[in-house]
Amino acid sequence: MTRKTLVDKIWDLHVVEPGAADLIYIDLHLLHEVSSPQAFAGLREAGRPVRRPALAVATSDHDVPTDGRELPSDAGAAKQLQVLTDNCRDNDIELHPMGSPGQGIVHVIGPQMGLTRPGTTIVCGDSHTATHGAFGAIAFGIGTSEIEHVLATQTLRARRPESMAVTVTGELPPGATAKDLALGILAAGGTDAGTGTLIEFRGPAVRALSMEGRMTLCNMAVEMGARSGLVAPDETTFAYLKGRPRAPRGELWDQAVAEWRTLCSDPDAVFGRELVFDAGSLVPRVTWGTNPGQSVPVDGVVPDPADRADPGERAAAERALAYMGLRPGTPMREVGIDVVFIGSCTNSRIEDLRAAADVLRGRRVADGVRGLVVPGSMLVRHLAEQEGLDRVFTAAGFEWRMPGCSMCVGINGDTVAPGQRCASTSNRNFEGRQGAGARTHLVSPATAAATAVAGRFATPADL
Amino acid sequence: MEPLIHVTGRGVPLDRPNVDTDQIIPAAWLKNTTRTGYADGLFEQWRQDPGFVLNRPERAGAAILVSGPNFGCGSSREHAPWALHEWGFRAVIAPGFADIFRNNMPNAGLVPVWCEPAAAAALMAATTADATAEISINVAERTVTCEAAGVRAAPFRLDDDARDRLVSGLTQLEVTLRAADRITAFERARAPWLDVSA
Repeated sequence: MTRKTLVDKIWDLHVVEPGAADLIYIDLHLLHEVSSPQAFAGLREAGRPVRRPALAVATSDHDVPTDGRELPSDAGAAKQLQVLTDNCRDNDIELHPMGSPGQGIVHVIGPQMGLTRPGTTIVCGDSHTATHGAFGAIAFGIGTSEIEHVLATQTLRARRPESMAVTVTGELPPGATAKDLALGILAAGGTDAGTGTLIEFRGPAVRALSMEGRMTLCNMAVEMGARSGLVAPDETTFAYLKGRPRAPRGELWDQAVAEWRTLCSDPDAVFGRELVFDAGSLVPRVTWGTNPGQSVPVDGVVPDPADRADPGERAAAERALAYMGLRPGTPMREVGIDVVFIGSCTNSRIEDLRAAADVLRGRRVADGVRGLVVPGSMLVRHLAEQEGLDRVFTAAGFEWRMPGCSMCVGINGDTVAPGQRCASTSNRNFEGRQGAGARTHLVSPATAAATAVAGRFATPADL
Repeated sequence: MEPLIHVTGRGVPLDRPNVDTDQIIPAAWLKNTTRTGYADGLFEQWRQDPGFVLNRPERAGAAILVSGPNFGCGSSREHAPWALHEWGFRAVIAPGFADIFRNNMPNAGLVPVWCEPAAAAALMAATTADATAEISINVAERTVTCEAAGVRAAPFRLDDDARDRLVSGLTQLEVTLRAADRITAFERARAPWLDVSA
């Protein structure tokens, strides 16, 4: 009888050489144009080949324009896209470039292709690689030196992470989404509750989430300070994967599912840290500050920094309110917005777009509000168009865009103007994240859509 | 890589929690395809304020940044430690770091000095009060000393692997390439259900 956590089980399958940091094998390496050029250059300078090109897949997402596909956003972007194309061609790596039907945000295309699978190790030079943990994979972001290491050796040196259990009890009430759950856990635990750990999300409310909801939750594990998050695979996982273009087929599928069924923490496994969160009273949430832990219910008011006992936290809250241009005690429902962004690896999949479209059907955005919908991939865009969601968005006054990271990271020119306020379905509300001086409020797609209609923070129930 | 066995120099206090990678190097700088050229982007927004600590003449040439908990949270961009290194920093002292950033630091020639909160607070107070206060970091021994702060050989957390690499100057890749045979053997024995290219 073992007493292993899910993380330990997957880790043990991948240890090539134990050590102060284990040498672990990487099953899937995802690449994009922003964090990889220096890694390929390092290999080139040393005359080293890519060890296993077939285990790498690349796309362009961070620095692609979303208002069209004819031209890159600027000279810097053009160079990055060209360098990625050259590096993939020279090293025989599969690339889904701008303009191709497989292009999309790297964390959206891995799952939709069926490449993201239970029990695997997945890395990418992007912190939101945590998204793939939804399938019961160990998936985490790495730096450029590590990208070079993986390209050259298909391995990584890493400490075995401590397992943290975040158990979500109860049932999500109607109107509360996976995004609200992530923001709720962050508000309860803080932005460093998971530092040094890999979080296993468990409990009935997690089991009840769709794969896309699980991806949203795991995506934001990194905002909890953890290297990643994951959910043990189950029938929901298998049903999502079955028939995907790159998922195993036939006999290999049966073998894989048999292995995947063993991937869960043992009943008496010991977790280094634990947090229990009750989903039963969860309501739609919105951030008020400059880190994702600073959120309140949409029903709530801007908190008063004076209520914080810790002087460091008080100073940080005061600073956040000054940046955000908010006064303590203001009801969030009275805070007006300028921009609504629906997109990012957190919330740009088809279920997210359906949730937003359900709110917008037959409605219009408020005067003066700019709304953007940026689907996560060309496939998501295509599915949405088949369902007529694009017409719902455009009829409501939203811009229907091409896939990319867009206004989540703001590299490609999709930015929020200084002092403007944005209701965003993305993952980070840091100062300047969406552009210098931009004020970001993180919300779910449904809340973003309702907010666009109301012109101030609102939930669908308010309309 | 240059071996980093000792780091000695003046400390710059940046007394804020959750200093994120978007502050350290804003996304616009990520368009570069090189490993250098990021110093001008370091804390670009905060440096617009003439009173910001890095703009003060008496803070020029400091080798050590002293900051609050959860330093380096946010993105995995290695451009962030590159920018700190290029500015002239060789170590960051904090009572906690975000995982990915902490992991990237040694690869960029920076020592993550993860102190106990009491020592971190004393170092913050001393460097705030005195721009000439000198801090000495012994990487091999994993201790930090600052007479002005009353901190003498205070231990800090640094993983064995990171310590060994900083002290030796070897990159992870150079170490791993010695294990190429082990990787080949592992690949031969790997279960088919883990092969996403199959």
